[in-house]
Amino acid sequence: MVTTTPLEAELLELAGSVPDPELPVLTLRELGVVRAVHTRGAGTVEVELTPTYTGCPAIEAMSVDIERVLREHGVREVTVRTVLAPAWSTDDITDEGRRKLREFGIAPPRVREASGPVRVELGPTRTRDGQAEDGLAPVRCPHCGSADTELLSRFSSTACKALRRCLTCREPFDHFKEL
Amino acid sequence: MTTTPAKDTAHTTAALALGDDALVLSHRLGEWAGHAPVLEEEVALANIALDLLGQARVLLSMAGDEDELAYLREERAFRNLQLVEQPNGDFAHTIVRQLYFSAHQYLLYAELASGDGPFAPLAGKAVKETAYHLDHAEQWTLRLGDGTDESHRRTQRAVDALWRYTGEMFQPVEGLDVDRAALETAWLERVTETLGRATLTVPDGSRTGAWAAGAGRQGLHTEPFGRMLAEMQHLHRSHPGATW
Repeated sequence: MVTTTPLEAELLELAGSVPDPELPVLTLRELGVVRAVHTRGAGTVEVELTPTYTGCPAIEAMSVDIERVLREHGVREVTVRTVLAPAWSTDDITDEGRRKLREFGIAPPRVREASGPVRVELGPTRTRDGQAEDGLAPVRCPHCGSADTELLSRFSSTACKALRRCLTCREPFDHFKEL
Repeated sequence: MTTTPAKDTAHTTAALALGDDALVLSHRLGEWAGHAPVLEEEVALANIALDLLGQARVLLSMAGDEDELAYLREERAFRNLQLVEQPNGDFAHTIVRQLYFSAHQYLLYAELASGDGPFAPLAGKAVKETAYHLDHAEQWTLRLGDGTDESHRRTQRAVDALWRYTGEMFQPVEGLDVDRAALETAWLERVTETLGRATLTVPDGSRTGAWAAGAGRQGLHTEPFGRMLAEMQHLHRSHPGATW
């Protein structure tokens, strides 16, 4: 067990308070992408950051923002290191993060029981109360809460989202895909 | 991007092979920008391309400098499969190319992720992305194959035309410790099942041997690849060191 010093805990809190560059309603801590902060001698800090998707372009903006915030708090040298393992999962998004996504108009990812590759099924793309296409709870409309929604496209404005439509209020919405 | 450098030359060979596959297919998919049949598909293909580009960056960084490798190598130095360099053709052709490749990449990453080799961290991450790519390709194969006479005809044409490029995926790659025979069996099973459900016919043509294609891993590429590289590398070669 690696112990975390009070200073590291404080810096982790600071790094985690940085807003996500693409979804500014979420902080990096709520998104679950800041893995650790290590102090390396006087005024030198290393931050471990994990990408949501391997090709996520936001990771560079995140690194720059973390460096800036830590420097503003007196850290002289900040290194942000990208770590891939263990792979990030949407289960790493906190409950608070999920609530904020919903308020922002994005259906949050559903929580899965076991982590690992998403099992994809060839089947209907519509979800209703109690019957989803993949054995998970139905995807609910973030606007009206209806469980009667359908998939329009597996990929939306970013790789991490799918485009759906509510069949009750007819509004289209983004769904943060389970990963 | 910080990554673990490859430990030896065998792993460099494997990193180049997998990295080039991802890079080249990413570029081909990017060519659909502005041309896809509907906006949703334009976005979907661009997202798949972005995932592949991210994988390529990690893999090429294991083999050397990612930009030098992507932009300053000659055609003969690329180690990608001939399948991924094939031109987009029509939408059915692009979907079938993706079905063949993603089914392979998904099974390969799943196996690499379960081990503890140098590719395990990337594979563990990328296999989850590839699951979505495969799902997308399978859904479209069903829709096109079991669609109109025209979409069926075009999809079957693509299935037949690209078949001879698929054997190369199961040739051994130095530094890649996987059970190729088991991978091929699983791939055939998955693709056969999807084509069957899509009312398409599995080609009976050879996938290996004299009448099959595939020497991309040895640096031998098909004629359209040179033109693709010229376009991909032109900006970097014309303006070395330029940044945004």
